[in-house]
Amino acid sequence: MFLKSLSRVNWASSLRGVSTTAARAGGGGPGNFIHRDTPQNNEETPFTFNDENKSRVEAIMSIYPEGHKRAAVIPLLDLAQRQNNGWLPIAAMHHVAEVIGMPRMRVYEVATFYTMFNRNPVGKYHVQVCTTTPCWLRGSDEIVAKCKENMGVNVGGTSKDNMFTLSEVECLGACVNAPMVQINDNYYEDLTEKDMDEILNDLKQGKNPPKGPRSGRYAAEPFGKLTSLSEEPKGPGFGCRADL
Amino acid sequence: MARGDWYKTKEIVEKGNEWIINEIKASGLRGRGGAGFPSGMKWSFMNKPDDGRPKYLVVNADEAQSTRCLSTTPALNEKTKFGPLADSDRIFTNLYGRHDWALKGAMARGDWYKTKEIVEKGNEWIINEIKASGLRGRGGAGFPSGMKWSFMNKPDDGRPKYLVVNADEGEPGTCKDREIMRHDPHKLVEGCLIACRAMGARAAYIYVRGEFYNETTNLQVAIKEAYAKGFLGKNACGSGYDCDVFVHRGAGAYICGEETALIESLEGKQGKPRLKPPFPADVGVFGCPTTVTNVETVAVAPTICRRGGEWFASFGRPRNTGTKLFNISGHVNNPCTVEEEMSIPLKELIELHCGGVIGGWDNLLCVIPGGSSTPLIPKKVCDDVMMDFDALVAAQTGLGTAAVIVMNKQTDVVKAIARLATFYKHESCGQCTPCREGCDWMDKMMWRFVEGNAKAEEIDLLWELSKQIEGHTICALADGAAWPVQGLIRHFRPELEARFADYHAKHGDKTSAASQ
Repeated sequence: MFLKSLSRVNWASSLRGVSTTAARAGGGGPGNFIHRDTPQNNEETPFTFNDENKSRVEAIMSIYPEGHKRAAVIPLLDLAQRQNNGWLPIAAMHHVAEVIGMPRMRVYEVATFYTMFNRNPVGKYHVQVCTTTPCWLRGSDEIVAKCKENMGVNVGGTSKDNMFTLSEVECLGACVNAPMVQINDNYYEDLTEKDMDEILNDLKQGKNPPKGPRSGRYAAEPFGKLTSLSEEPKGPGFGCRADL
Repeated sequence: MARGDWYKTKEIVEKGNEWIINEIKASGLRGRGGAGFPSGMKWSFMNKPDDGRPKYLVVNADEAQSTRCLSTTPALNEKTKFGPLADSDRIFTNLYGRHDWALKGAMARGDWYKTKEIVEKGNEWIINEIKASGLRGRGGAGFPSGMKWSFMNKPDDGRPKYLVVNADEGEPGTCKDREIMRHDPHKLVEGCLIACRAMGARAAYIYVRGEFYNETTNLQVAIKEAYAKGFLGKNACGSGYDCDVFVHRGAGAYICGEETALIESLEGKQGKPRLKPPFPADVGVFGCPTTVTNVETVAVAPTICRRGGEWFASFGRPRNTGTKLFNISGHVNNPCTVEEEMSIPLKELIELHCGGVIGGWDNLLCVIPGGSSTPLIPKKVCDDVMMDFDALVAAQTGLGTAAVIVMNKQTDVVKAIARLATFYKHESCGQCTPCREGCDWMDKMMWRFVEGNAKAEEIDLLWELSKQIEGHTICALADGAAWPVQGLIRHFRPELEARFADYHAKHGDKTSAASQ
């Protein structure tokens, strides 16, 4: 049993997928908390914030009160991950611990709890397909299938050319524009299989597909004719009480 | 009396005890003192054969709720029609991003108008307006905001106070705060200043879910603009009040939408809920008094103060007042986010704004009315249910975040709920055993139910399991995990049983023990 769970510790399984819960991982699941030294991810790999990010670190730290600087750990880990091509090596965690002056263990705790920290390398584009019920109702299964086909990988895998990593994720909060995917920082919404194919092909060719809904609407308004907010907004002071 | 009190009281009293109790039962009124026991039933307990002793009614006026008869005949001035809202009564005028979201556009739409005067009115005035408006928290629990904010006004003990805005929007079906942050960020920023003033807080932290990168960018720009104009910071708006607003991005955890987990996460720890008490108003973020409140609640506060609490209270039914952002997703022709009057009938909401259910209203199977944590309601309830806190509680569900997930008859409803069970299994923080183990167990059972590989008795087992999870944990995530499953069993038991029978007919009885 123990051996079996060890053998399942590979970097793909520690990418987020719906089958790896942060909670279960600690309690006998597939070992999401486990770090194994690899040539590209060990204590010796050099990591320090670059100059540009150093000033960001200062700005981030400044918004928390004295004595509570560890509140900056999540933003700083995020910054480190951005500097490191979208994944967070253990050396970066150590550096963040040092910058904030908090125990390494406390940083590990945070880095393993939150799903946005990828503790193993990801492709240039991290494609995260939302498959929770509202998206599923609108056909997220087809979107996942199309992604697998286009990238040639399974969920949790990275394509051979290191372009794409495919993940299934929980609700991303754009349910009205379902189905949707997040690719790095951008949301692509109102997708059909054809749209998904186009987006991935564009990315492969180095193009920058426009983010947002693909159905022609701008945001979360109904398709076609507006059912509300069709009038011009009223100016300042409209309906304002007299005693103000 | 001008407002309708004592109107036809004689007639009501003459109707007699049974009539009154039946009306109370029909209204679904539950005790307002906290326990929520059905009042009609409670009152009927008194109608036992007379044993000669007198009977007494004791009204608990320690925060009294009216015990007067809730007649189904509406009083003189009571509204009976709710929605559609006029555009001029909509608060979020740039919901669809058709106009400039930045400061110039926001001010042209009336944001930051007389903010100085509002701040100068002081905390009591603001809280009274919020109380008068009847605003209830928009994050799901529906706690009266005026009361919640007033908890912060205790004698100063030297610690700073904080407002924490919960923008960790992750409830499946919900995407309203995102629209506010990216298209109307100044409403939120202005709301932060006003809410801070109401609570005496010196700083607000807006905790945004990490995935909302572009939304956070807009919000950050809005804050920067506000600082540059002197609307925030020292002497905010020239009112003499100092107020800072900061943005903090999370990193992907649904549980951080729970207020104490959010506080933990903001402090740079794992997002694991804290036991209450102490409540955040006593010991919150950084050990200081804190109020955690939803984006929408904060963002409507400036408009309420400007147009008056009474204006806001004129929408919706009593105790369910105001306007509300509804997200309608799933099987409708035009899924959309829309601001509507509270208490608007569900059917009207869907037909008016979403172009109806795919395949027509008769093709409706069920609706999850308030985000994934609320139990589903079948079509026969959807036909006339109103979208507000009390009406949905009476329908054994809840308004939650007003995220309406529509499913039509082509949906595999068991699979839809199984997917939610997987969601909760994934998002359980793992702190409390009933939730950590229970969600996993429910998930396993639900996916067997999807196949049909189960016995009819297991439905009762699942029901009991969900009841053991519910209410036995630190936070409400476990309740939210149990309710959708309970809703499914409550309304779709025959469907489950038919599925099991079908499976066993196909596979023979040999595999029926596969559950072991």
